[in-house]
Amino acid sequence: MFMKKFMISCEESGHICDKAQYKEASIIEKVKFKFHTFMCAVCRQHSKNNTKLTQLIDSIKGNQLSISEKKELKTSFEKELQKHQ
Amino acid sequence: MSDHKINPNKWIDLYSDYLFNYTITRVNDRAIAQDLVSDTFLAGLKSMKNFKGEASERTWLVSILKRKVIDHYRKINSNKGKAEVRMSYNADSETEGDWLEERVADPFDKTAEDQIENTELANAIDDCLSKLPKKQAQIFEMKTILNYETETICNELEITASNLWVIIHRARTAMAGCLEKNWF
Repeated sequence: MFMKKFMISCEESGHICDKAQYKEASIIEKVKFKFHTFMCAVCRQHSKNNTKLTQLIDSIKGNQLSISEKKELKTSFEKELQKHQ
Repeated sequence: MSDHKINPNKWIDLYSDYLFNYTITRVNDRAIAQDLVSDTFLAGLKSMKNFKGEASERTWLVSILKRKVIDHYRKINSNKGKAEVRMSYNADSETEGDWLEERVADPFDKTAEDQIENTELANAIDDCLSKLPKKQAQIFEMKTILNYETETICNELEITASNLWVIIHRARTAMAGCLEKNWF
């Protein structure tokens, strides 16, 4: 009974892993995930790559235009564009 | 001869991130970088006739931006018409008057090399994003880079949460595969 609850498929483990990258996985899910990766080398590697991807993206975040900045840029450019057409 | 077409309607969506990233690593000030990117788009618009189609639009815009960045530095250094390189080593008034030695940056802090690597990484991520199918790229960007809530994205695009996670999963796998060679 206990085992059945905590055994998850690789698919589900991948799903939890994705959720965890956005800090949206619950504690129970994390326990299941840990349990799964303890046994499954493929998911362990996948989780490692997935975390690395998150780190890489986090490290460039400051260099990105925010949504409002982009909008501002867009409106001012479109005004100019209309004059040209 | 002209292999590349020019179409300013999509410039902002396609290139603003790339150009902004290019600028921010060179001028280190968000407001100035934004102005320069905006100027570049306007200048591009004005000289559209001169676009010969020898290079891609992006390359062409970057070449304009390069001039803009150079002009920017020229301008701030010639405010009084003197050929003097003006640098403020530290804008912070608290440390004003300190010896330069006391202001030396922490060696474990960001170095020039990190900056370069950062630019390259940002460009690589940008390139990989552009290789994804459009919908995947859009959702991945909203979720990962712009930090939207899952619910917000679902409402905006009218998809279910499980649908979103499937798309995110595919996008992440593709991104990891694309970046794997150089960055993992």
